[in-house]
Amino acid sequence: MANTVAHTNPLDKVDHLEKLMPHESNINEEGEHVVLPQHRHHFETQEQQREAGSFGMWLFLLTEIMFFGGLFFAYLLYRNWYYPAFAVASNQLNVPEGAANTAILITSGFFMALGVWAAEVRKKSLLVVMLILTTLFGLAFLGVKADEYHEKYEKHHIPGANFSTAMFTNPAAYGIKEQPLAPDMAEHTQLFFFLYFAMTGMHALHMVIGIVLLFWLTWRAHRGEFSSGYVAPIENFGLYWHFVDIVWLFLFPLLYLINRHPLH
Amino acid sequence: MAHEVSHDQAHDPLNVTNPEHSEHHIVSPIQYCMVFGTLLVGTALTVVAAYIDMGVLNPVIALGIACFKAVIVILFFMHVKYQSRLIKMTVGAGFFTFIVLITMTLLDYVSRAWGMW
Repeated sequence: MANTVAHTNPLDKVDHLEKLMPHESNINEEGEHVVLPQHRHHFETQEQQREAGSFGMWLFLLTEIMFFGGLFFAYLLYRNWYYPAFAVASNQLNVPEGAANTAILITSGFFMALGVWAAEVRKKSLLVVMLILTTLFGLAFLGVKADEYHEKYEKHHIPGANFSTAMFTNPAAYGIKEQPLAPDMAEHTQLFFFLYFAMTGMHALHMVIGIVLLFWLTWRAHRGEFSSGYVAPIENFGLYWHFVDIVWLFLFPLLYLINRHPLH
Repeated sequence: MAHEVSHDQAHDPLNVTNPEHSEHHIVSPIQYCMVFGTLLVGTALTVVAAYIDMGVLNPVIALGIACFKAVIVILFFMHVKYQSRLIKMTVGAGFFTFIVLITMTLLDYVSRAWGMW
């Protein structure tokens, strides 16, 4: 266009600008291009923008897999080294609460998935309800988690100065049907609880960040931002939320259910 | 669908006419309900299996169920089953890289003090 303008007589410029303007609007008429204010000009189509967004979100989640993977790997090695300590320490975790929390988190993820569907079919109030339910179940998970942490505090199972190996060196005194551990092995239960707090704590931190984002997304959904065909933020947040679910699906059996059968 | 793409469409550096971008599948609520039910059943199975003594199979079964649950979450809740090949490749490459890292670290670990694992 610049070349064309340069070659023309200045008097014709107005005429050319008039020709330019209809051309600009022609791009709009081709549809897809500027239907939504959220559509960025450097993407050819909405679908291309959407796929680029999903792609970027997945790349972020892959770094998260590596991050949690490091923690899981530390767990694998220490569990291998100090299996007796890991088995009895794991048996002090609260299985009913852990199992209930798994169900709560799956339910939260289910509502998130329905939320993505509600955004796709442009049901604004349903989307808001689903996001609120996702948030409520997420908060319920954190509530149960806090109760479990409090239980660890009462049992002196938080690593540090107040950590006590008494339950593991003298289980009979606490009514626990376990073989007593030698003091040096019993010390290694602290390592299990360190990994327990590191892994569930990092998972809980992801939940807290997710819930903050959910408040923001619920507000935007309430304003109708995601019920007119623009669902990328909901969809990409859904990916994050489901990823956090998946981490818990592995944490629950690995931390809570190492060696439950002798107790039965 | 590569075989359906004509020559003109295949030569499409900006992916404008490539139908892979324009197909957008919406997963239905019924599918979500089925996945939800399967995940709850999987959780119950995990807990029940943990209380049955199966020796070395206990952690294998626990991880097997967890992997199955993770796969259906990825395929349906995270829509990977209905995404373009780019996304599928990205997810696959990520898990592949993760497995490579775990394997190589483990090989280093087991080979340093052979027999003292």
